[in-house]
Amino acid sequence: MKLYTQVQHLLKKEIVLEWRSKYAFNGILLYVVSSVFVCYLAFKTTQPIVWNVLFWIIMLFAAVNAVAKSFIQESKGRLLYYYTIASPQSIIIAKTIYNIFLLLLITFIALIIYKLVFANTLGDPLLYIFTIFLGSLSFSTVFTMTSAIASKAGNSGTLMAVLSFPVIIPLLMLLIKLSKNAMDGLDRSVSYDEIGVLILINIIVVSVSLLLFPYLWRD
Amino acid sequence: MTIIYKKWWKILGTVLVFYTLIAGFLFKVPAKVILNESIRNVYFHVPVWFAMLALFGISVYYSIKYLRTNNETYDLVAVEAINTGILFYIFGLVTGMLWAKFTWGEAWSGDPKQNSAAIAFLIYCAYLVLRSSVEEDQKRAKISAIYNIFAFPIMIVLLFVLPRLTDSLHPGNGGNPAFGKYDMNSEMRIVFWPACLGWILISVWIATLRFRIRSLENKILDK
Repeated sequence: MKLYTQVQHLLKKEIVLEWRSKYAFNGILLYVVSSVFVCYLAFKTTQPIVWNVLFWIIMLFAAVNAVAKSFIQESKGRLLYYYTIASPQSIIIAKTIYNIFLLLLITFIALIIYKLVFANTLGDPLLYIFTIFLGSLSFSTVFTMTSAIASKAGNSGTLMAVLSFPVIIPLLMLLIKLSKNAMDGLDRSVSYDEIGVLILINIIVVSVSLLLFPYLWRD
Repeated sequence: MTIIYKKWWKILGTVLVFYTLIAGFLFKVPAKVILNESIRNVYFHVPVWFAMLALFGISVYYSIKYLRTNNETYDLVAVEAINTGILFYIFGLVTGMLWAKFTWGEAWSGDPKQNSAAIAFLIYCAYLVLRSSVEEDQKRAKISAIYNIFAFPIMIVLLFVLPRLTDSLHPGNGGNPAFGKYDMNSEMRIVFWPACLGWILISVWIATLRFRIRSLENKILDK
């Protein structure tokens, strides 16, 4: 119960801080929209496979940039303050949940714009949206932990990408496959394997993060 | 840790590897289409992967031990196990590529397991980059131990779960039977399993030697 209230407070703090500056949200949104537009100007029209893969690659880079901020922006003093009032588990849970919301919102807006400029038909829109949900979940669980590691190592941008890309590739491959199934409008039973493995990997990543974060956060 | 100074398992490993070198090339193997005599590579290609996995497993075990005790020796064991593991990764990849060249036609045929192995290699390169990016010894040990433990389950999924979901040329994936079920008879097994044990022991021996050299170097530097 204590964990629950702590997570609630920390999450509220994250959202309020974001609402006041709107820096991360607007920045990443602009990042996504301009990458979509650059791709549109470069490609003009795309084949369905390229359409799908391109979308996920844009989202991958946007997500790395969005989540990388979550620990790097915290000042040393503020981290010390968290240390006195909250448990490490509640901090990582709150950050992860906040990142899920942020990425969900950005991915949805990106999908709408992407769909608007690049004409393409979605065979099973509901499954595609579910894939986007799973994608935001996977990106935020993996990247939150790696951003914590990268921020402790002092070196931000490059290290974050180097550490997180190999870890996210298996998830990304599953997401691309799943969203391709959704795009082609295949029967949903075809995709059960991918959904199962994605959820399983997320459970593993979250539980490992919960176990390891307490060791990571105190210097 | 005193076991690393014992002799018996090093002798056992050497004997087993020499046994597989002789038996692997001279014993009878089933004649199969496409594979032909190249089936003997299973005595070398698969055991070095096993050795690599054993080393990475050891390094995760010692990373966990490091986080619990903050003893620098354990960090040294973890990093040397990974360094040796990367060496065996290269052995596994090269033997696999040679084999693929003769049986599948191309050294790199885009097989899911090959691709997964390449990604797993990136994980451990990232581990080494992470280590070199932190100056302070204790901080470096702690952060890299955390990344090592974090990445290990993902690597297991990458190598053993994902290839099974797609079509693969490797046995045991994409509906093909795993080794040991149909494609290996009892004559092959009496070479194969000793080979696995032998290569694991030899790889651990190399790792312990590296570990001992490094700890001696540290001792001299501390003086």
